[in-house]
Amino acid sequence: MQDTTGAQTHEDGNALAGPLSAVFAHDMTTAVGRCLSCAAERPLAEVSVWSHGPGLVARCPGCDAVLLRLVRTPRGSWLDMTGLSRVLLPV
Amino acid sequence: MTSTSARLGGRVGVRPGWQVATLVDAWAESPSARTLVLDVPGWPGHAPGQHVDLRLTAPDGYTAERSYSIASAASPGTASSVGPETVPDAGPTRVELTVQRVPGGEVSTYLADAFAVGDTIEVRGPVGGWFVWHPTGTTGPLDPAPVLLLAGGSGVVPLTAMIRARRAAGSRVPFRLLYSVRRPEDRLYTRELGVPHPGDDGVDVTVLYTRSAPLDARREPGRMTPADLAAWGWPAELGPACFVCGPTGFVEAAATMLLALGHEPARIKTERFGPAGD
Amino acid sequence: MGSLTPGFHGRPRPQGVALPPGQYVTEDFPVLSAGPTPRVDTATWQLDVVTETGATHSWSWADLMRLDQEEPTVDLHCVTRWSKFGTSWRGVSLDTLLADVASAADFALVGAYGGYTTNLPLADLLGGKAWIVHTYDGAPLHPVHGGPARLLVPHLYLWKSAKWVRSIRLMVQDSPGFWEQLGYHDYGDPWREQRYQGD
Repeated sequence: MQDTTGAQTHEDGNALAGPLSAVFAHDMTTAVGRCLSCAAERPLAEVSVWSHGPGLVARCPGCDAVLLRLVRTPRGSWLDMTGLSRVLLPV
Repeated sequence: MTSTSARLGGRVGVRPGWQVATLVDAWAESPSARTLVLDVPGWPGHAPGQHVDLRLTAPDGYTAERSYSIASAASPGTASSVGPETVPDAGPTRVELTVQRVPGGEVSTYLADAFAVGDTIEVRGPVGGWFVWHPTGTTGPLDPAPVLLLAGGSGVVPLTAMIRARRAAGSRVPFRLLYSVRRPEDRLYTRELGVPHPGDDGVDVTVLYTRSAPLDARREPGRMTPADLAAWGWPAELGPACFVCGPTGFVEAAATMLLALGHEPARIKTERFGPAGD
Repeated sequence: MGSLTPGFHGRPRPQGVALPPGQYVTEDFPVLSAGPTPRVDTATWQLDVVTETGATHSWSWADLMRLDQEEPTVDLHCVTRWSKFGTSWRGVSLDTLLADVASAADFALVGAYGGYTTNLPLADLLGGKAWIVHTYDGAPLHPVHGGPARLLVPHLYLWKSAKWVRSIRLMVQDSPGFWEQLGYHDYGDPWREQRYQGD
């Protein structure tokens, strides 16, 4: 992994590992998420991540629906996971 | 605000987070890349393929965060570099990163040019449990299958960590690395990955030059093709564990080729870092 | 603030020029995106303005081109801290576009191809402060920068200037957009550094 600011294209969910480690005790990149929009399931490491805007946006690589958004502000971290209908945390 | 959004600020900071690391050694890995050795107190060890986040803070409060793959072997207390660059006292709290300098990049140019031995930087990690290979059964499930590593540019960094971890663990799992790089001078870890290294029996390295190649190269310059994967990779029937890391375009092309060659999607793990750096 | 990184200053942030607080100047035009770039054909492009009563006004690409065109040159300020001076655009003022729309609304929610949304007061779309632009620096606006047409509201942070603009919903009550739902400011004045809620 190398840093990528200014890039036009996306990275993948591996880039979520650090930011989500500030929120969850479990490594969320190995968690399997189900897309609310198309029901596809995959480890969060494999989703598409757009990190060059005001926050992190994770999308389903199959249907492009937003799965997760994370914004860090001085008041705290804002997390929206409404695009995931469920998440499996493997043992 | 949607009904399931939650303010989590109250929880941030109670998790293991940022800590201050010190640069203890550094060297040029190529004309445009520099390896950094950080001492991170309390480093818990890591699995090869994991990364760290670095946070830089300017005097006026401006901060920048970037992710870098870990280059060093997983096993605490093991010197991971080889050759003249060997860090003699690489200890359990030492972590090596290799930074590719990108012209105009505010972070990579700082890390490659200005960050000096003795300087401090904030580190979070190790993070990422998906793009990892476990040389022994201690950090994760042991997978005896052969390993196929496909690297584009500085995507070779976490894959080199896997080769180093294999060496450190005395693993006999057969490895093949296909390393796509523009020109000979862009190669990283040239000596270590260029000649058979003690402990690396069973590691086969093929360098695929895309722009210009030396006379003894295995093929003409060009992007990686299915024929390269067929010639220098593992057949899908062996069920190798495939790790692909590089710019987004490289990773998507390589993953598509692997699928077309019959590799199982579940055996292909990828890590993309976009088309350019900063 | 975390521990200082010795010798790290980031990009130069000059003093003494007309730069909002916390910004730096860039010469290039960074591309920031929250998703894949929509490819929208002008043959099917459409802009809808929907009022608080549900009345819908629509413009095709040809309709847009027939309206009075203006050529604003403006400074851009992105919340990710870059500013770009003297950008030249061509497009239609929202004053022109909304001239015949009957509404008592105070707020607007702007929608885009690809699903992005952003909210702002309707007053900030009027009074010669906002345009639907289709030309940048003399050439058709590239899709990565919002082409074929984007909203341009340069007195607010650039996330308000929705790329690939598709609709403007006029509303009596404010409703947060894509980033405003996640802690970003409902107004976003760069000179008051209104990056986040509470700023």
